[in-house]
Amino acid sequence: MLIECPWCGGREEQEFHYGGQAHVPYPAAPAELSDAQWSEYLFFRDNPKGRFAERWVHSAGCRRWFNALRDTASNSFIRVCAPGEPLEGYR
Amino acid sequence: MIEAEHPAHLWRNPEPKRSYEVVIIGGGGHGLSTAYYLAAHHGITGIAVLEKGWLAGGNMARNTTIIRSNYLWDGSAGLYEHALQLWEGLSEELDYDILFSQRGVLNLAHSLQDVRDSVRRVEANRLNGVDAEWLEPEEVAEVCPIVNVSDAVRYPVLGATYQPRAGIAKHDHVAWAFARAADALGVDLIQNCEVTGLEVSGGQVTGVSTSLGLLAARRVAICAAGHSAVIAATAGLRLPVQTHPLQALVSELLEPVHPCVVMSNAVHVYVSQAHKGELVMGAGIDSYNSYVQRGSFHLIERQMAAALELFPIFARARVLRTWAGIVDVCPDASPVIGPTPIDGLYVNCGWGTGGFKATPAVGDVLAHTIAHGEPHPLAQPFGLERFESGALIDEHGAAAVAH
Ligand SMILES: Cc1cc2nc3c(=O)[nH]c(=O)nc-3n(C[C@H](O)[C@H](O)[C@H](O)COP(=O)(O)OP(=O)(O)OC[C@H]3O[C@@H](n4cnc5c(N)ncnc54)[C@H](O)[C@@H]3O)c2cc1C
Ligand SMILES: [Zn+2]
Repeated sequence: MLIECPWCGGREEQEFHYGGQAHVPYPAAPAELSDAQWSEYLFFRDNPKGRFAERWVHSAGCRRWFNALRDTASNSFIRVCAPGEPLEGYR
Repeated sequence: MIEAEHPAHLWRNPEPKRSYEVVIIGGGGHGLSTAYYLAAHHGITGIAVLEKGWLAGGNMARNTTIIRSNYLWDGSAGLYEHALQLWEGLSEELDYDILFSQRGVLNLAHSLQDVRDSVRRVEANRLNGVDAEWLEPEEVAEVCPIVNVSDAVRYPVLGATYQPRAGIAKHDHVAWAFARAADALGVDLIQNCEVTGLEVSGGQVTGVSTSLGLLAARRVAICAAGHSAVIAATAGLRLPVQTHPLQALVSELLEPVHPCVVMSNAVHVYVSQAHKGELVMGAGIDSYNSYVQRGSFHLIERQMAAALELFPIFARARVLRTWAGIVDVCPDASPVIGPTPIDGLYVNCGWGTGGFKATPAVGDVLAHTIAHGEPHPLAQPFGLERFESGALIDEHGAAAVAH
C-alpha cells in the first residue's frame, strides 16, 4: 500500500506502523468503570467492513502519528489528517 | 494400480427450506464439522449450513494445514489435544482419507528467553499429557537435517521443542469428508447463500435474513471466521476480534527434502513440505484491519528471507503462488466458543491464524454446546465472559508465528 503521511506525502507502507482504531480515549474516571466497561475499553474495538478511522505512525520517516479514514473492504484511503483534526465521514 | 472412481458429487445442492432447527453460518471447516457432529452424535435434524460462496472456499482452502497441540495453558491443551486425538481417528470416523501425516513439529528457540519459554512449555505440555520434548541443536539436526544449526548465523538455533504427533493433513479432503458425511445425515449444505442479518425477537434469535430470503431457525451458530464481527453486529453484538489478512506461499514441486514441520517465532517463518512436494510457508498477519483477501508484498519478501536464513538449501527454490485469507484475531490469541447474550445464538470465532488444527474439536464441542444449551467442558474456558472476568488464555507465545 501507498500511504499519504500528512507531513511527508505518499510513502511505501513499510515506513509505517499501524495503531489500530482512532479516537479511543483513556477513560476520564477509570476508578468508576464497571468490569464490563473496563472490558469494553481494553478488549473491544470496532471492526467494520467499510470505513474505519484508524491511526498510523510514520516510524521510518517523520515519526509522527496521524489519523486516517480507510475502507477495509477495498484498502483505499479516503482521507488522512493530523491528530486533533476531525475525520469527517466517520461517526 | 486401479484408482477408485470419484463419484460425480459428494453432496446434494438442495434448495433452502423456510425453517430450520439449527442454522450454521459459514461453510468452512468449522461450520461443516459442527453440522456433522450435531447430526451424527446428537441426533439433531433440520440443520442447514449457509455459505455465501462455495463450500470451504475461505480460510479452509487457504490454510497451511499445520496440526499440533503443544499450547501452553491447560484450557488450550485440553481443546487442541482433544482435536489431535480426533484427527488420529478422523479418516475412519468419516470413511474418507484425509491424508493426516504425523511427521512432527519443531518450534525453534533462538535466544535464552526463547529457550526458557520453550522448556517451560514442554513441561506444561507433559503435565497435560501432550507429547513434547526439548531437543538440543544436534538433535534438531537429526530430526530435520536441512535446518541450519550452525552458530555462525545472526540468530543461531539454540534448540527446539518437538511434538512428534503433530503434522499436516489435506485441507480440501477434510472439508469434503465432513461435507459428504453431514449431507448423508440430511444436513442441507446451501452454497451462494449470504447471511445479511440475524433476526432477533425478545432477546431470542428467530432466524437469519439471507440473499435467498428469510430463513427461520431456533438456534443459530456463527462460524464465519473473518466475517464473524460483521454478522454479530447485525444483532448489536460486539465481539473482541479484529479482522486481518494472513498470507502464505508455496514453491514449485520439489523432491522430498523436508521431513517435518519447522516453525520459528524469532526468525519468523514456518515451513513444511506438502504431500505433492511444494514447500509451504507462512508467517504473521498483515498489521492493518482488512477484509480484502490480499496482503502486502513485503511480508512475503520477509518470510522468504527468514526461510533462507533457516534453510540455505532453499536458495534456488522459486515461489509459485502467494495468497491470503481473512482471519479474526482475539486479544489473547485464543478463540471464543460459546453462548452469547442472545438466546439461541452461539458464536465460534477468533481462531485467527490457527483454527484448522482444531476443526474436529470445534465441531464436537460446539455441537455439544448447541445441543445442550450450555458450554461443553472443554469450551468452558473459551467463553465471551473471560474478557470481563480477566481469565484470558494468553497463547501469544505458543501461537506466535501462528498456526
Ligand atoms: C494463509 C493461512 C494459513 C493458515 N494456516 C493454518 C495452519 O497451518 N494451521 C491452523 O491450524 N490454522 C491455519 N490457519 C487458520 C485456519 O485456516 C482458520 O482458523 C480456520 O479455517 C477457520 O475456520 P473455518 O475453516 O470455518 O473458516 P473459513 O473456511 O474461513 O469459513 C468461514 C466461512 O464463512 C463464510 N461466510 C462469511 N460471511 C458469511 C455470510 N455473511 N454468510 C454466509 N457465509 C459467510 C465464508 O465465505 C467462509 O467460507 C491459516 C489461515 C490462513 C488464512
Ligand atoms: Zn511523515
